[in-house]
Amino acid sequence: MAELGFTVIDDGRAVEVAPAEGVERARHAQGAGRPVAIDPDERAAYLGVAASVRARALASLEAPDFTLPDLDGRLHTLSNHRGKKVLLVAYASW
Amino acid sequence: MWQATHEELRGFGFTIVTVALDKSPEAARPWIEAAKPAHPSLIDTRHVVADLYNMVNVPTIVWIDARGRIVRPNDVAFGTDTFKHITGLEAAKHLGALRAWVRGEAAPLSEGRTRELQALPTETHQQARAEFGLGQWLFEHGRAEAAARHFERAGELAPHDFTIRRGTMPMRGIDPMGPEFREMLGAWTKAGNPYYRPLPE
Repeated sequence: MAELGFTVIDDGRAVEVAPAEGVERARHAQGAGRPVAIDPDERAAYLGVAASVRARALASLEAPDFTLPDLDGRLHTLSNHRGKKVLLVAYASW
Repeated sequence: MWQATHEELRGFGFTIVTVALDKSPEAARPWIEAAKPAHPSLIDTRHVVADLYNMVNVPTIVWIDARGRIVRPNDVAFGTDTFKHITGLEAAKHLGALRAWVRGEAAPLSEGRTRELQALPTETHQQARAEFGLGQWLFEHGRAEAAARHFERAGELAPHDFTIRRGTMPMRGIDPMGPEFREMLGAWTKAGNPYYRPLPE
């Protein structure tokens, strides 16, 4: 069953579905204006977030919230720092 | 890179939050262990923050006020002058402005100006991010060859996004400081495009 499945990554979460359902979900997301990356050979699809949704959120000037782990796997949420000024810095080793 | 600034300003109701756009916690570990940060130092292998904030390169900084509102949109700033000889960007200018804002000595940008300076994503760019997301998932699941195809497609769709074009090099077996990067950078800048896009003010 596992090798016959199809993975849909939606909102960052991966779910295993039957191939026909996976293709249908991808088509539906595309129809709703979402960006979709699909790989039939790998039987996987990634449903992204539409530019209009991102643009609206950014233009509101509310800082988009997120939860991410530190090196020890401990989760941190940006909005827990409400009440403080925050300098958000994205960097990388590359 | 940022620990000294965090220490200096933390008494003013301020924190730094860093996010590493790296392929794994292990890739970021040496940097974090060397910096010994007292601030949250997070790992973002899936580029969640790059997608949410429409970031296209590193470093990218954002100022967020105590109410959780963006008061300075994506800008380029370094915490120290370690890379000044390469980037030509000095840390002092941003640090001075940051200090003044955190201490309440200077107002940040107005809402109107902040919006004017924001770069918003296009549909093509979000398609590139979906290709990156699929590639990243495939890479996590040991399908590096398939992942590379989607990373390359993502880079074609968003040639200005170096979190994709350079950030995926380590997942494609390419040295992100090596000849392939220099060649990409050379072609990009020769065509009149900037690698870093600091805000004009």
